[in-house]
Parts: sequence; C-alpha cells; structure tokens
Amino acid sequence: MLTDITLGQYFPGTSFLHRLDPRVKIIAVMIFIVAIFLANSLESYGIVTAFVALNFAISRLPVRFIFKSLKPLWVIIIFTMAVHVFATPGEVLWQYSVLHITKEGLYQGALMTARLVFLIVFSSLLTYTTSPIVLTDGIEHLLNPFKRIGVPAHELAMMMTIALRFIPTLLEETDRIMKAQTARGANFTSGSLIQRGKSMIPLLVPLFVSAFRRADDLATAMEARCYRGGEGRTRMNELSCTYRDAIAMAAVLIVTALLAAMRWL
Amino acid sequence: MSIKLTNVTHTYGLGTPFEKTALSDTNVEIHEGEFIGIIGHTGSGKSTLVQILNGLIKPTSGSVTVDGTDIGKNTKEALAVRHKVGMVFQYPEYQLFEETIARDIAFGPRNFGLSETEVEDRVKEAMDFVGLDYDTYANRSPFRLSGGQMRRVAIAGVIAIHPAYLILDEPSAGLDPVGRREIFSEIQRWHKEKGVTVILVSHNMEDISQMASRLLVLSQGSIVLDGDPLSIFAQHGDELQKAGVAVPPVNGVLQYLKGRGLAVDDRVRTVEQGAAAIYDCLKGGTGHAH
Repeated sequence: MLTDITLGQYFPGTSFLHRLDPRVKIIAVMIFIVAIFLANSLESYGIVTAFVALNFAISRLPVRFIFKSLKPLWVIIIFTMAVHVFATPGEVLWQYSVLHITKEGLYQGALMTARLVFLIVFSSLLTYTTSPIVLTDGIEHLLNPFKRIGVPAHELAMMMTIALRFIPTLLEETDRIMKAQTARGANFTSGSLIQRGKSMIPLLVPLFVSAFRRADDLATAMEARCYRGGEGRTRMNELSCTYRDAIAMAAVLIVTALLAAMRWL
Repeated sequence: MSIKLTNVTHTYGLGTPFEKTALSDTNVEIHEGEFIGIIGHTGSGKSTLVQILNGLIKPTSGSVTVDGTDIGKNTKEALAVRHKVGMVFQYPEYQLFEETIARDIAFGPRNFGLSETEVEDRVKEAMDFVGLDYDTYANRSPFRLSGGQMRRVAIAGVIAIHPAYLILDEPSAGLDPVGRREIFSEIQRWHKEKGVTVILVSHNMEDISQMASRLLVLSQGSIVLDGDPLSIFAQHGDELQKAGVAVPPVNGVLQYLKGRGLAVDDRVRTVEQGAAAIYDCLKGGTGHAH
C-alpha cells in the first residue's frame, strides 16, 4: 500500500536533540557546516568526527540512519573521492597509462570525502530529530526579520504546513482511485512506456479534481474562521529557548572557535 | 459457482510498529444468486473483506477462490477473474475521469477486451439501467452532473462490465432519501433481472433488511453472525448489539410489542409491512404480513 510510507525523515524521540528549539537547531547546523570547512588538518578532522559522533549518540538514533542519510548521495561521494585521488599532482604511488594515484591525492581524497560525509550526516540529524511541522515553524520565525524587505514568511510557512498536511491524504486518495480503476480493469504496471503513461490518465484526472476540490474546501473553511494571514496572529505552541538551547549553542560555538583557532593560529 | 474464503487473515503494515490485523481466520462462501448484506461497526473489517473478494488486496494467509480459480497468490489469474467480480467503491463518483459520460462507462468494458459494438451496447444498457437517457447524456461531461447523477454514472461504469458478482461499498452514502431509494431499486432490479450475486456493504441495517437474503455481521475482524436477516434480528439481538449494530427500528418496535404480550409477527422487512403486521394483529388476524 502507498500509505505505508513514512513522511519525511523524522524519527520520533525524546532525546536532548529532539527537544531543542528548532530555531536554535537550524542556526547551529548552519554554523557547524561553516565550521566543517574550517577544518584542514588531521587533528581538526578528529575534533569534527568526535563532535558529529557525540551528537549522533545523544540523538539515540539507530546507527543504520547514518548510512540511510548517505545513500541518496553515494554517487557524488565516490565521484569526489575519485577526482581527488586521480587528479592531485605529487609523489606518484601507482600509475597506469594516464591514470596515476599520488600520496597527496589519497590524503586530499580522504579528507574531502570525510568533509562531505560529515556535512550530510550532520545536516540530516536536523531532519531526523525535528518533525516537519516544527521545522517549518522554526523557519518561519527565522524569516520574520526579512518581512520588512517583503519576504512573506508566514505565508511561506503556511503553504509548507498545508502541503505537508495533505501529503498523506493525497496518498490515501491515490491508493483508493488506483484500486477503483484496477477494479474496472485498468493496468498500471505493465505495457510499454507510452501505454503506461496513458494508463496514468484515469488516475491523475480524478486525483487533480479532488485536490482542487480539497483546496477549495480548505480555503472556504479558513475564510469562515476569519483567517487573515500572519499579521497579529498568536500561536498555540509558542517556541521558547531554555537552558538546553543555551548549552547546545555554546557547544557548537566552542567547537567552531576551536576549529578556527587551529586553522589560523 | 461461488466465491470461497478459506482461513483468510489480512494484516496491514506487517512487520512495522503500525501492524493491524483487519481480518482474522475468516471462512465464508458466497453462492451465486445471493443478495448478501455486510454490516459492521467502523473498523470491523468490512472494506478489507470486500477488497479481498476481488483480489484488490491479497490475504496475508489463507486462500480465496472465485469460481474455482485461486486469486490469492497469482496476479495473472487474479486479473483474469477480475471482470467476474465488479466493485463499486465508496463515493465512486470521485473515480470519473473521461470527457464524456459514455466514454467513462466504456472504460471498464474496453479494458476487458470487448469489441467496439459490444462496448456501445453495454454503455447503452448500463445508462438505461441507471436511468440516464443515452441521447441526452452520452456526450456530456460527467463533471457537470449532480452528485447523485455522478454516482449513477460510476455505478453504470461497473455494471457495464457485467460482473457475475457485484460488490457495492456504501452506495447510498451522502445521497438524499430519493437518491437512495432510486439507487437501491436499480440494484435490486439488476439482481433480479440478471441473476447477479450482489454483496452490499452498509452501515444502515434498514437498507440491508429490505433487500438482503443473507446477512453477514462483522466485528473486530471476524464474521460473528451469518444467516437470514429476519432470523438474526429475531434471535441474535444481543450479539448484534455487541457488534455495535442494531436491529432496524421497525423490528425493534415489533419485538418490544411481542415482549409485552402482543401476538405480532416481527418478521418484516419494511416499515409498511410492520404497520400491516400491527394492524393485522390488532384486528385479531393471524399477523400475516406478506
């Protein structure tokens, strides 16, 4: 069944990372991503590794989630490694016609790959430990200062929330229509590419019709409740920073400062 | 000729934290020519059961045979017998997609490989059956019809396939009383004229009582009662209540009168028959209500 898939990457939990304020999490991740680029020696990479590992341990996520986050990007990772290993000039260790592996290449390749892996793993910690709705809430708050220059922060967040809310509904609907057309002899799984494309029409037309109907109903329902957009709107769950957020932010800043010091001092 | 379920169990989300058994160890045989009513509380497994009957979902264990062909495992065979078991889903008007009504109804027959002339005959017959004039409606868009008319087009799209077994999941949901009556009388007529087996899922015991020759009551994934509706109303009121459904109000009234000592016949299917039974009884008749 289509409805079996889970939405987003969120892995529910109650760890320290799960309970952090989303705004703090987003900013901390952005700072640490910059910090990863500061690392340029083996020692500094050691610190980055330790910090990422520590965070993963705190989050209490199953270890397989590390690999799950890397899976969609393994082609890029391998490509980066190959380019560095083969294209860096230096002391040649192995050669075959124009291809040559150098000592410097291996070193550079390993560091670049590690950098990429840490970037991916650390930023996916954010989506693993924050539910999409909370994440949207955090983004809205962070965009609030830009309202003055015309960024519709609330509207953007509302659109994202609504889209997220309706993904499971639409999946359910798709499943239902698919079954109904299958019962009328439709075949979605075999035939040539063109035939299969054509066979999507009986699925897509009703799906679009119902999506528009739902959108219309939702707009009416919001209007009936006097929805007027973001201006002066209060919320049910106020975001609030606690000592936890202070600790997390301090930790990220200390590690960043340390990495900066190792690079320039 | 029958649909036969042997030890059928179906579990959703097997192996995930959301695992839920919707149907457990069910055995039932549906014979040709029956008019079966299926009733049960929300979440009792009705929808799962009917979708298993035409192979839309595969049972986790157990076997399903349609006229002797096992459709539980092999998808190819399931496809081959699918035109024998027609299925009208809840709110079937949401599956309409074609530009004209005639083409939408032709979708099913065409998929099952009928020739163009046969398809046209089927479309005409089906439209005629659900009371939509062919010349007036054939080339109209299905999206410009009223809700009740759209539903009839959708039902016509299924009966145009000429299934030997017709499954209807809440065909009257959301219709006004007139629309309900019309749809039900069409279904009954189809059953009688074509000798088609009808399986009707409903929340409304009155509808089932008026039409069904056999009643299946589902509760928590099992068939708890199976038999003639009138006998079930008369003898198994408690079990019905436990399953979260009730005897139709008219039978309830008659049973109450009977309990208070009035020799009234409580085996009636409609309110009119009930009124006649009370009248007969008070007049000192035998209480014969048919």
